[in-house]
Amino acid sequence: MPTTPPPIIDARGLWKRFGKLAVLKGVDLSVAERELVFIIGPSGSGKSTLLRCLNRLEEPDDGSVQVDGIELLSPKTDINAARRRIGMVFQSFNLYPHMTARQNVMLALRKVLGKGKAEAGEIAARALDRVGLGDRMEHYPAQLSGGQQQRVAIARAIALEPRVMLFDEPTSALDPELVGGVLNVMRELRQDGMTMVVVSHEMAFARAAADRVVFMADGEKLEEGPPAQIFGAPRHERTRAFIRQIDRH
Amino acid sequence: MSGFESFLFSFFNLKVMAAYLPLIAKGFGLTVVLALLIVVCGLALGLALAVVRSFGLRVLNWGIIFVVDLFRALPPLVIIVLLFFGLPAAGISISGFAATWLSLTLVLMAFAEEIYWAGITAVPKGQWEAARSTGLGFLQTLRLVVLPQALRITIPPLTNRTIAITKGTALGSVVGVAEILGAAQSGMSFSANPSPLTLGAIAYLILFIPVVALGRWVETRFAWKR
Repeated sequence: MPTTPPPIIDARGLWKRFGKLAVLKGVDLSVAERELVFIIGPSGSGKSTLLRCLNRLEEPDDGSVQVDGIELLSPKTDINAARRRIGMVFQSFNLYPHMTARQNVMLALRKVLGKGKAEAGEIAARALDRVGLGDRMEHYPAQLSGGQQQRVAIARAIALEPRVMLFDEPTSALDPELVGGVLNVMRELRQDGMTMVVVSHEMAFARAAADRVVFMADGEKLEEGPPAQIFGAPRHERTRAFIRQIDRH
Repeated sequence: MSGFESFLFSFFNLKVMAAYLPLIAKGFGLTVVLALLIVVCGLALGLALAVVRSFGLRVLNWGIIFVVDLFRALPPLVIIVLLFFGLPAAGISISGFAATWLSLTLVLMAFAEEIYWAGITAVPKGQWEAARSTGLGFLQTLRLVVLPQALRITIPPLTNRTIAITKGTALGSVVGVAEILGAAQSGMSFSANPSPLTLGAIAYLILFIPVVALGRWVETRFAWKR
């Protein structure tokens, strides 16, 4: 056996409570470099909360999160510096409505990475080209379809050259005919070797592209394994029930 | 003299108007200066308070809410009179101009703070999260992402409120400020004819109709491209 490299994401014993409700009950998650991990599970299972703990948008009550060697929850950590290495894509796109597609991508390049206007503009143009929107750079979000907006959001994240990308239900708010374009972009990212953690209900995509699928329910990780195993021969009854229900669509 | 002639004589007496035009013009200039000072200081202080409030420091926010509610509840004239007639009893005396400026500035500050604050909270949480996830800090996110959106939504209510409060400069006439109304009233007393008041009303229209139009222009200018 070759020695396995240390994981790029290493979350241990994550607990998160909202009031009395425990949303995460001691969850571990480790992700290797260039790995694509899919997190599935019924709504309310804590999968989005888990993902949001990985860039500290959600502050866990207990546990530890290490990303690219940085202790995310340590008070000494410069969280803004750490987040540069962690891209995130949201269900609701969250593009800045007062900026064009290109300005959306340029903002953090300029204000976080300190790039000049010309250089940031070029990087933004390349990132938008990469998601197939080279001809929509001067459009405002309201002038773009949902699928295009989500691709701008992906460009905004990848322009910063993150080590890891987090996707929080990236296609859930999209009309069915627009999902394909976003999944294509994600597929290309994967081929380029991006490490990705994806919370999503796109089972066909998970089957085809994921290295590993994690099934969560009630704030716990019930099982994980390669997609063939999780979808073909799930060990846990709840996993089986969930997949049966999803596959009916 | 017919009723119509006496009406013209009282309210549109050109001779009286000509005599008191310079006085009203001076009042006009004073009103412009006073209004500008109130608008600039009131809007700036209101924005500063709203920004401080967004830090979410509980005790500080209680203080802000108290001050804001106080100046939203008090009639501006009461504040002016308190400052002008009350402060001398405490050994501090301020001019009528300063009392009017300070009162209306504080009132505009209070209303503007509430409007800015409503605008800031109306910006979806996802905007904060998206910006912070790219490594932008709290203040950067507020300044570059949230405030530009918040200010756009606040322009219509802010314009209305600013105009309403700025018209309160007429209250300065109570404490001897020779702004438009004050000047018009002196004119009326000296001439024993209300025509200077007509002139004053015209002066207010000349001053505020462009402001209203400017507000409308700003609203369309900063609307998002759709």
